Amino acid sequence: MAVRTEHLVHLAEVAERQQRSGEQTPSQQRPALELRNLTFSYPDGRKVLHDVTLVINEGEKVALVGPNGAGKSTLLLHLNGILKGEGVVTVGGIEVGDGNLGRVRGQVGLVFQQPDDQLFSPTVFEDVAFGPLHMNLDEEEVHRRVTWALSQVGMDGFEDRLSHHLSVGEKKRIAIATVLAMRPAILALDEPTGELDPRSRRGLIRLLRELPQTMLVATHDMRLVEELLQRTVILDAGRVVADGPTPQILRDGALLHRHGLERP
Amino acid sequence: MTPIQILDHYQQGDSVVHRLDARVKLILALATIAIIAALPRGFWVAYLTCLVMIGGAIALSQVRPMLVFRRSLIAIPFTLAALGLLFTVPGSTLVSLRIGGWSLSVTSEGVVAFTSILVKAWLSVLSATLLIATTHSTELIAAMRALRVPHVLVSTVSFMYRYLYVIADEALRLHRAREARSATSGPKAGGTLAWRARVLGGMVGSLFLRSYERSERVYAAMLSRGFDGSARAMRMSPLGRGDFAAMALFVTYLLAVAILIALRGGW
Repeated sequence: MAVRTEHLVHLAEVAERQQRSGEQTPSQQRPALELRNLTFSYPDGRKVLHDVTLVINEGEKVALVGPNGAGKSTLLLHLNGILKGEGVVTVGGIEVGDGNLGRVRGQVGLVFQQPDDQLFSPTVFEDVAFGPLHMNLDEEEVHRRVTWALSQVGMDGFEDRLSHHLSVGEKKRIAIATVLAMRPAILALDEPTGELDPRSRRGLIRLLRELPQTMLVATHDMRLVEELLQRTVILDAGRVVADGPTPQILRDGALLHRHGLERP
Repeated sequence: MTPIQILDHYQQGDSVVHRLDARVKLILALATIAIIAALPRGFWVAYLTCLVMIGGAIALSQVRPMLVFRRSLIAIPFTLAALGLLFTVPGSTLVSLRIGGWSLSVTSEGVVAFTSILVKAWLSVLSATLLIATTHSTELIAAMRALRVPHVLVSTVSFMYRYLYVIADEALRLHRAREARSATSGPKAGGTLAWRARVLGGMVGSLFLRSYERSERVYAAMLSRGFDGSARAMRMSPLGRGDFAAMALFVTYLLAVAILIALRGGW
C-alpha cells in the first residue's frame, strides 16, 4: 500500500512539474489508469459496460468514441468511484474503493458534459474553490489555486462573476478550472467541445493541448480526436471494439462506419 | 438570455449601506422585522420611529426611494387576510353595513387592529426590500452561512438562486416547443380546456423530471470534487469599523426613542 501511495504522489508531482514548466507530455510507461474487466448494469438490469479492459499510461491523451448510448459517460463515472461496477479500477496504482474515494477524486478530474451541472455555485469563485476546500487546504492555498486554475483556462479575473451570466464557452472553461484547482493527474472530459461555436471550440482545443495531464476524452468530435488525441478507443454497446493509435483508427473507414462514426 | 427576471433585485451602488458587511445588514434587517412584529397594535409613534429609521437607511443607500416603495407594496395583498379584523374585533361601532339580512359593523378597535397589521407588514417588507436592493444575493447567501443558518437551508437557497434561471430556460424551451406545434385552424382551435390542462400537466411533469435528473448529475459533480456531506466555505473577512458603527447606531437610536417614550410616561 505504501508503494502505491508513493506512486500516486509521484503522479501528482509529475503533473505539477509539467504544469510549471509547460513542457509537452513525454510518453511514460507507468499506468495512470487501469480498468480490468469492468462490467456495469443499471439497477433496472440494463447492462451498460461489458468486461471493459483499458490501460492508460501517464501523459497519454486518449479519445473515447462511440455512438450515443455506448456507455462512454458511464465509463467516465467509474473512474472516480461515482458508479461502482464489477471489476477493478486502478488510479495511479490505487484500487478505487470505499476507503480512498477522497484521494482518488483528487487525482481524477471529471468534467461533465453540461457545464450547468458542473457549475453549481452562484459565483465562479465558489465553484472553483469547492474542490480545494473539500481537500482541506487552508484558505490562502485555496485562493492561490482558484487564481491559478482560472489563469490556466484563460479566465483570469472571473472570480466574482455569476455562473448564470456566463456564455457556454466560458462555462466550459471554468468547468475545467474547477477540477484543475484540485491539481489532478488525470482529466476525464465528457464532450468538451459540445455546444461550442467554432471559435470557442478552437480555443478549447488549444487549451486542452497545453494541459499536461493524462487525458481521457469522451467525444463525438472526430476533428478534436484527430488534432489532439494520439490514441483512440472505440466503445460500442458497452464493449471496447478497437483501441489503437488515432491515425490508424481514423484511416479505417469501415471500422468507423460499423460503429456509427465517421472520419473527420 | 432568459426574459425572466426573477431574482436580481440588487441595485448596483457604492453607498455606505452597500458597503456594510452583509452579515450586519442581515442581522439589522431581521432585528428590525422582529421588533416591528413585537410592537403592540396602535403603537403609532413606534411605527413612525421604525419608518424614520428605515427611511434614513434608504436615503443613505442612494437607492431610488420610489423603487423601494413600489416593491414594498407586494406586502399589501397579503394583509387582506386580516381584513376580517375590521368586523370581528369587539369595540365601539363606527359604521354599520347592512347586506340583505346581515348586519356588519366596523369597530374603531377593528380599524386600529387592521391598520396596525397593514403598517407593520409594510414596514417589515420595506426593510427586507432595502436589504435585497443593497446586498447581492451571493453575499446574502455567504452571510447566512457565516451566521450559522442551518446548512440545508443555505444550500437550498444557494441552489435555488443558481438553478432558477436554468429551469426557467428549460420551461421557456418547453413552452416554445408547444407554441411551435400549436397551429390554429377553425373555431375550435386549441382544444378543450381539459385537453389543454393535460398538456400543461405534461409540461410540468416533464420539467420536474428534467430537474430531478439534473439534480442527480449535480450531485455526481459535487461528489467528484470531494463533497462528503460537510458544508465548507471560506471565512468572511472580519467586520470593519463601519459595521460596528452601524450596529451601535441602530441600538442607540432605538434605545433613545424607547427612553424618550418612557420618560414621557407613555405617548
